[in-house]
Amino acid sequence: MNPVLDLLLQGERLSTEQMAQVLGLSEVAIEAALKQLQAEGKLLGWRPVLNPEAGEETIVRAVIEVKISPEREGGFDKLALRISRFDEVESCHLMSGSYDLLLFCSGKSLRAVATFVSERLSTIDGVLSTATHFLLRTYKEQGYLLVANPDVADKPAVSP
Amino acid sequence: MSAKRFIANHVVDLPRSGIRDFFAIVSQMPQAVSLGIGEPDFVTPWHIREAAIYALEKGKTSYTDNRGLIRLRQEISRYVESDFGVSYRPDTEILVAVGVSEALDIALRALINPGDKVLYHEPCYVSYSPSILLAHGIPVGVPTLAKDQFALDPAALEAAWEPGCKILLLNFPTNPTGGVANRKVLERIAHFAQEKDLLVISDEIYAELTFDGEHVSIASLPGMRDRTLFLHGFSKAFAMTGFRIGYGCGPAELIEAMMKVHQYSMMCAPILSQEAAIEALRNGRPAVARMKEQYHKRRDFIVRRFNEAGLDCHTPQGSFYTFPSVATSGLKSLDFCHRLLKEEEVAIVPGTAFGPSGEGFVRASFSMSYENLIKAADRIERMVGRLVDSGATAAVNNAS
Ligand SMILES: Cc1ncc(COP(=O)(O)O)c(C=O)c1O
Repeated sequence: MNPVLDLLLQGERLSTEQMAQVLGLSEVAIEAALKQLQAEGKLLGWRPVLNPEAGEETIVRAVIEVKISPEREGGFDKLALRISRFDEVESCHLMSGSYDLLLFCSGKSLRAVATFVSERLSTIDGVLSTATHFLLRTYKEQGYLLVANPDVADKPAVSP
Repeated sequence: MSAKRFIANHVVDLPRSGIRDFFAIVSQMPQAVSLGIGEPDFVTPWHIREAAIYALEKGKTSYTDNRGLIRLRQEISRYVESDFGVSYRPDTEILVAVGVSEALDIALRALINPGDKVLYHEPCYVSYSPSILLAHGIPVGVPTLAKDQFALDPAALEAAWEPGCKILLLNFPTNPTGGVANRKVLERIAHFAQEKDLLVISDEIYAELTFDGEHVSIASLPGMRDRTLFLHGFSKAFAMTGFRIGYGCGPAELIEAMMKVHQYSMMCAPILSQEAAIEALRNGRPAVARMKEQYHKRRDFIVRRFNEAGLDCHTPQGSFYTFPSVATSGLKSLDFCHRLLKEEEVAIVPGTAFGPSGEGFVRASFSMSYENLIKAADRIERMVGRLVDSGATAAVNNAS
């Protein structure tokens, strides 16, 4: 894997200068690598991972199972992309199994999400049915556990 | 009257660990960045912790066979055979202990007659010399040198031999130097052990954390299995220090002798740790590989930074320790560490804590986040810069 990407994925927040130190590259080289990763579409963005339980953003999240009918040209892709473009849709995946698309959606309120489903999503031609499940509580978010860090204070600062 | 009169002479005479002295100071400074830790910064992989929880839920709260659960000994037997190339029988040739610490202690107690001499290379793990003394043996230290990357020079070992030497204690990769021994060196050491009829105790607790080249166990060399006690554990590679679990493998008579000491002093290793260890051996390889990769990268980084900072730092071939020289600072190890702690709030361990040959060196662990490694390296660089400048000024003043 690209070493810059590999380092980013470890999730430590490092400045360009620090990343340059760690990887033994120049800061210019780090910036160039990041630009290239974005240009190649490998690195999509820089959004922080928030704790949904911490109440920093009051949003309601739902997963929605969607059945759609594939089109003669473009199969599922055209419709999936069309659905993906809605701001409410955080991510959209084509699934194997009893439904076709799985959406992760969010909105300011339960009502906002419900409205999106009933007025936007289900009225689209080709959407056969939807099943909406609201998220009640999060225990792990994108690899981060939502529990207090283990009490490392017990670990001696110097040991043999 | 002081209660001290009750203490046994050989315990009174036992020096305190240099690490403990240093720890006492560091613990007053919670804000300090510490590269002084001798354990993984990772917590035990979850699947292993989960196995311990499951065992607890199942009500596994009893003693076990003194030797350890047979299922664990079977897993150990398979693991040691596949990774170290020596085969041991689970029923008679393997003993599960409370860490390599206990395995080493009972081995020495089972083998040493008062006055027997034990050869070991230093700088080394802080317990070696005291453990030998506590078993009424006589430690005979053989220095390893920076010019050899702290590998044991067989010629130095041969020169250090004296009548009465019975045991040779080896530790590769080495805490604190990261030194290793390649096959050629080990073959010569093995030959020496056979010639002098020495029993070898080989502490291979950092074996999985060998970054360059293959790890070779001396027990796997021709003729060595019958005169070697192979000690290993879960603390380092599996990040299981708190589980306190390790093992010894060797000829049945020796394991039986260790068993005698173990059954009367320890009874058995904790059952929950044994269950966790079974899971570690069955399914822990991917986690070990992931952690090792991290250590490897951090090693390359911190060695480079120390050298840039003006400390002469060889590349440790294994373990998670660097052992740079502080010669450029003009200070002794202990003074360097004290000043670094006071002036820059970075804790590292003076090399002298690991034996007299550690003078002029310090141990800095890279079992630490990049953020802290960077912080520590920056601060060390700052202090070395100051010291070198003032040293240069002093030299000019002396000359004029
Ligand atoms: C060389 C060496 N041997 C043994 C030990 C003790 O290991 P355990 O946790 O298995 O008792 C250590 C721990 O630092 C060590 O560095």
